[in-house]
Amino acid sequence: MQSETSVLTDKKVTKRSKALHKGWKKELIAYAFISPWLLGFLGFIIGPMIASLYLSFTDYDMLSSPSWVGLQNYITMFTDDSRFWTSLKVTFTFVFISVPFKLAFALFVAMLFVKARRGVGLYRSVYYIPSIVGGSVAVAVMWKQLFGREGAINGILSYFGIEGQNWIASPDYALSTLIILVVWQFGSPMLIFLAGLKQIPTELYEAAAVDGASKFSQFFKITIPMLTPVIFFNLVMQMISGFMTFTQSFLITAGGPLDRTLFYAVYLYEKGFTHFQMGYASAMAWILLIIVAVFTALIFKSSSAWVYYESEGGK
Amino acid sequence: MKQTKSDIFFHVFVIGFGLLMIYPIFWTLASSLKPESDIFKNAASLFPSEFKWDNYALGWAGFGDITFGTFFLNSSIVTVLVVIGTLISSTLVAFGFARLHFKFKRVLFVCLLATIMLPHQVTLIPQYIMFHKIGWVNTFYPLVVPAFIGGVPFFIFLMVQFIRGIPRELDEAAIIDGCSTFGIFWNIILPLTKPALATVAIFSFYWTWDDFMTPLIYLNDTKLFTVSLGLRLFSDPSAVTAWGPLFAMSIASLIPTFLIFLFFQKHLVEGVATTGIK
Repeated sequence: MQSETSVLTDKKVTKRSKALHKGWKKELIAYAFISPWLLGFLGFIIGPMIASLYLSFTDYDMLSSPSWVGLQNYITMFTDDSRFWTSLKVTFTFVFISVPFKLAFALFVAMLFVKARRGVGLYRSVYYIPSIVGGSVAVAVMWKQLFGREGAINGILSYFGIEGQNWIASPDYALSTLIILVVWQFGSPMLIFLAGLKQIPTELYEAAAVDGASKFSQFFKITIPMLTPVIFFNLVMQMISGFMTFTQSFLITAGGPLDRTLFYAVYLYEKGFTHFQMGYASAMAWILLIIVAVFTALIFKSSSAWVYYESEGGK
Repeated sequence: MKQTKSDIFFHVFVIGFGLLMIYPIFWTLASSLKPESDIFKNAASLFPSEFKWDNYALGWAGFGDITFGTFFLNSSIVTVLVVIGTLISSTLVAFGFARLHFKFKRVLFVCLLATIMLPHQVTLIPQYIMFHKIGWVNTFYPLVVPAFIGGVPFFIFLMVQFIRGIPRELDEAAIIDGCSTFGIFWNIILPLTKPALATVAIFSFYWTWDDFMTPLIYLNDTKLFTVSLGLRLFSDPSAVTAWGPLFAMSIASLIPTFLIFLFFQKHLVEGVATTGIK
């Protein structure tokens, strides 16, 4: 009798341990699948982030070992570095002007292409071309020459009897040329808007037309509200990439003239890789992280007030 | 009648505005064929006074004994490896997140999403120091290795979303048939994710081919330069800029981009529209 129960419990135990073993094995397989990312996340993201935070409190030129300076980098940045403030001003100006213009253009063009007509597919592709070449050095070279003193823009202006100038080298216009460059690359938000516009049921417009709503009020009462999730997405993505803009400014204007296009990322690069002030550059990176996080959080927080989801559950 | 009138207006407007959009690209192409004097005198014109094909030969000859052939080869090696690495890592990881259960899955997925928005400047400096210490500066490793460990979390997210859309019944049927987890991934999921794979491959190609900052930081030896860095050599302030050859090589650098656009336009446009790639 006794032995019988013990056999029974033994059986139970082995069964349970088998199940446990299976679960453990399953877990291991799952971790094996995500291991490439996990490795990268720990070694290339979390590790460097901790290191970066530590470095931001040090003086480090990569020759001697880092020396702890406490909050000194941050204090210098805020109280004694006018170029830091200049780079912030330039970057904010750039983001606050280029993002709304880019999105407005993208939406305008998407509305043109939403109705199926002959040639729309081709047009859509043509309008997308500037965006696919966007970040390349070739485009930077092209822009530099187009807006130069002897460039094509001035050539065209002279047809109209307007005498141009060296737009790239002008403290008043250099930033504007870079803004025009990114607005010109409105292709991706345009395609995303287009996909969003196609999701809006046509019945809504038909019903509104029957009620005698004008195109204008249809746009503001139907199109915009139905499109808010897409506007939200485009806004977040464009804002983040706006804050990190580097290549265009670095190559076209080199931050100049008079620091008028000294983007934050360009200044950070200069501090880190030209002056080898790795501690200071790390502190700058953390300020950038905080700025991006705050803006993203603000947009997310505000979204409940203006982003409309058709099915609240389907968010 | 009214319909055709508005149609004509539409086409005229769209074509006119479209020409304005691609004028800079045509202009670069035209300038790559112009003699030096033309580039400045006839700046706005799209028609060279004479076709100077030499610009391409002169540009290709490059600097010293390093031709643009070297830069193109370097860019190709880096780009192909990055695309392969991205495809392998992002599909494996995405399958894990979309289909398998494991402890801390939720937390880790939130981490993945958060890194999409992380400015790369934050990790740039420690990563540079790390690569510097292990002697990887002036090699392709810092450009290529991150791709194999899920370097662009957005691609993983995109694949996760795509795999979630594939019916689970397929997996369950395969399990009943005695298929292993890897078997399900390899035989069931992978073949069905082809459209998403195409999108990921194209964009990782574009971003790597065009990337300027990473090679700028890690490569010092001209022999290792990618096309982006090669183009920049032309506008080195210490050298007299040869505009014709510079434009010729700019156009050459865009050719792979345009070829892919031509062949995979549909995947590309749909990929952006449905997944919201930048």
